Amino acid sequence: MARNAARPLSPHLTIWKWGPHMAVSILHRATGNALAFAGGVLFTWWLIAAATSETAYDIFYHLVVAGAPGDNVAAVTNILARIVGIGLTWSLFQHLFSGLRHFVLDTGAGYELKANRRWAILTMVGSVLLTLLLWSAIFLARH
Amino acid sequence: MGTGTAIGRVRGLGSARHGARAWWQQRMTAVGNLLLVAWFVVSLLLLPNYEHATIIEWLSAPWVATALILMALSVFWHLRLGVQVMIEDYVHGPAARVAALIALNFYSVGAAALAIFSIVKIAFGGVQG
Repeated sequence: MARNAARPLSPHLTIWKWGPHMAVSILHRATGNALAFAGGVLFTWWLIAAATSETAYDIFYHLVVAGAPGDNVAAVTNILARIVGIGLTWSLFQHLFSGLRHFVLDTGAGYELKANRRWAILTMVGSVLLTLLLWSAIFLARH
Repeated sequence: MGTGTAIGRVRGLGSARHGARAWWQQRMTAVGNLLLVAWFVVSLLLLPNYEHATIIEWLSAPWVATALILMALSVFWHLRLGVQVMIEDYVHGPAARVAALIALNFYSVGAAALAIFSIVKIAFGGVQG
């Protein structure tokens, strides 16, 4: 539909003061997208590689999990894979907690200003804490 | 915009009457993801290593293969619905929107099919561990 430029627009994102509820809303979309594409592609690549052959799986394994000693390319991609892995872990927890919050909102509860703000903040605190906890455990178990 | 008038429906601008179904499926698959992805992450963390033979042996168990197929269905269905909402909100213009929706459907259905075929091939012993 063509918009008449003389007509006023309703106030949008740029005009409101940012609050936790807005941050959680956009994070839900951003993390959902990250999981959908980065997560979906990695998951599918992993399965195709495993189902193709040991050689195909080794390419995935060396690039993502652990490269062979002296393999400089793999050394770089391993670090990138850790960053993506930590990012996807945080995305998963953020999307999970935010999704649980949506289940509560779906019932019509949690719209009071203070409760809404508190649960919005808690999804973010929870996702960062659990990501730190999980990756600390992974690094401690490996070293 | 037509919200249910006859002319609005003729022009395709009214309710398609599918909104509630997508909303419900989004929540059903969200619950599915909650259970299945939690199981998947814990299972991966409990594996002794991530070498080929370990993965093949793990994926060959009927419970594991079935749960992973269900997870692929639930996850790719959920992301298809979720990204569709995002395209409808942010991609403007009918040509770009239709192109984005086609790309999304090709990606989600294609990746789900590849993932499920791979799981089935491994589970039926098609790959030597």
